[in-house]
Amino acid sequence: MSVHDLEKHFQDTIDAEIKIEPLDWMPDAYRKTNIRQISQHAHSEIVGMLPEGNWISRAPSLKRKAILLAKVQDEAGHGLYLYSACETLGTSREETINDLHSGRAKYSSIFNYPTLTWADIGTVGWLVDGAAIMNQVMLTRTSYGPYARAMVRICKEESFHQRQGFESLLVLSKGSEAQRAMCQDAINRWWWPALMMFGPRDSESTNSDQSMKWKIKRKTNDELRQQFVDMCVEQVKLLGMTLPDPNLKWNEETKHYDFGEIDWNEFWQVVKGNGPCNLERLQARKKAWEEGAWVREAAAAHAAKKQKRADANAA
Amino acid sequence: MKATLDYILHLADNALILGQRNAEWCGHGPVLEQDIAISNISLDLIGQARSFYQYAAELKGSGTTEDDLAYLRDERQFRNILLVEQPKGDWAFTTLRQFLFSSYQQLLFQKLTTHDDERLAAISEKTLKEVNYHVRWSSEWVIRLGDGTEESRSRILSALASIWTFTGEMFMPESFETTSGIVVTDLETAWKEKIKTSFAEANIDAPENTFMRSGGKKGIHSEHLGFILAEMQYLQRSYPGCEW
Amino acid sequence: MKSYIRLFFYGDIPGQETGGAPAPQGPKNDWPLWEVFIRSKQGLDHKHVGSLHATDAQMAIENARDVYTRRQEGVSIWVVKSQDIHASRPEESGELYDPAADKIYRHPTFYDLPDEINHM
Repeated sequence: MSVHDLEKHFQDTIDAEIKIEPLDWMPDAYRKTNIRQISQHAHSEIVGMLPEGNWISRAPSLKRKAILLAKVQDEAGHGLYLYSACETLGTSREETINDLHSGRAKYSSIFNYPTLTWADIGTVGWLVDGAAIMNQVMLTRTSYGPYARAMVRICKEESFHQRQGFESLLVLSKGSEAQRAMCQDAINRWWWPALMMFGPRDSESTNSDQSMKWKIKRKTNDELRQQFVDMCVEQVKLLGMTLPDPNLKWNEETKHYDFGEIDWNEFWQVVKGNGPCNLERLQARKKAWEEGAWVREAAAAHAAKKQKRADANAA
Repeated sequence: MKATLDYILHLADNALILGQRNAEWCGHGPVLEQDIAISNISLDLIGQARSFYQYAAELKGSGTTEDDLAYLRDERQFRNILLVEQPKGDWAFTTLRQFLFSSYQQLLFQKLTTHDDERLAAISEKTLKEVNYHVRWSSEWVIRLGDGTEESRSRILSALASIWTFTGEMFMPESFETTSGIVVTDLETAWKEKIKTSFAEANIDAPENTFMRSGGKKGIHSEHLGFILAEMQYLQRSYPGCEW
Repeated sequence: MKSYIRLFFYGDIPGQETGGAPAPQGPKNDWPLWEVFIRSKQGLDHKHVGSLHATDAQMAIENARDVYTRRQEGVSIWVVKSQDIHASRPEESGELYDPAADKIYRHPTFYDLPDEINHM
């Protein structure tokens, strides 16, 4: 088969909504792009454990402690599903992690913000997981099989994350004055970073046309962001709180909420590495990996010894 | 014979404090799969603690809740053993501690499943399933590290040297244990046997003639507990009387 | 070469030299990769759910229990080293693929090459 025929077969497969699997021929760009995106997603899950994990020891009730620990553990699991999916494309876990530690690979910028109070935990669950869910359902239809299957699994587990976050805020919103203030303060700090999660404006995004043409991406960054705003404006009312945007206004013509301008300068700074916690996040991950080296080596050494003994006995 | 409130609190405190220590690994484990494993164990322990605190809360009455017991008692009221409040250390220390403690829990809960106190028996039966897994998982790690590399061996020996002094307390009877019909001294021989088997495979030896620290069951803790509680209880103490 | 998929999770994070490892060199110190198959309590068959790294079968099963079953009772877990799985190829084009292509992953270390070509 010529390369041309392979490309055609590949494209036909995608058009027929059949999944591409690890051993299928694929253009190098497809392979590379998938590696980048799946690993980015995996890194986001793992790094995302840190701002939330921060509050496990200080969770204000046993129930909240258990819920938070379960949620963070889920995220580790999600990272695992995704690293596994990524590995099917020909990279190793170690390489993928090295890319993260070296700064070559990115993770979602939202996790470069600090969780300063208990209310931040509920807010992260509500806004950050909320934004994630909007994207994830679409990703279950992505063309690369292992990625799509990982996403189906993740989606099933994700809904509890957003619900527990919102519920936690609901309790605060009905609590003491100090609790209500804590809740509003957290929303004030996380709202704009959450909007930035949807990425640059469509006008500044690359490759938009192509992905729309192949019906892989069903909505643009701006469309998703708008959908998110519309949803949150309604939800925040249930909390009796406000979103920190004086320009938020219902537009009768478009039937959407108009909202204020994102600080794109902040967006690019954080992506570049100058956010509040970029350094700490990466340091934490590097430290865990480096300090864990002796453990990984010991386990491998022991397995090898055991195998040798087993072989010797069998002989 | 029913179990006393103090005994149930002792069981709860052991589980909570160890759960708290293990959770410190979340996001910082040596490899992702093990991060999940230790978090799972932590979650199990917190679940155990909740079962015991809820029972204790009922015994106490007057509208006491599990959180009242976990968050509003101070250092001198906690009844956990010293072993569980020690810092998590490295992976060798964590897995070794888990092995030593879970092996004890396994023997204890096996006994408690036939206790007269039905509630205690029921909790023990459910908990035993999880504890069996904890023993298995942790014993494997002790073996891996003892029989792994030079470095892992030196670390597990180091951990063993520092931890052994805290193991005696598990078998020193406290009044609330005797009053509840539990004879911890009976468990010691079986525990030692159990430990010996895994230690042999790990190629390490249990220390002998070690002075045994104690006091935790009486509320005389090491300096670590104060810091643990300060962190754990801070929100409830700073915002008293609030719902979360 | 056209891009067949783009990130729309958390928006497009533009890269400089992001991820996408160049020609894979193979894992240096990674533990072996295992595939996990789970049969649920009410299920009839073991289904492939994903993979994980472990040093031996015991660890692989325990990890699978922790990650893929959330400790549900009554599930059956099978783990197989990824390198031991061979796959059929429905649409074969015999001459294009060498024998190593019956492995399930693209990973170069799944193919036992003679030492001379170890640095491929």
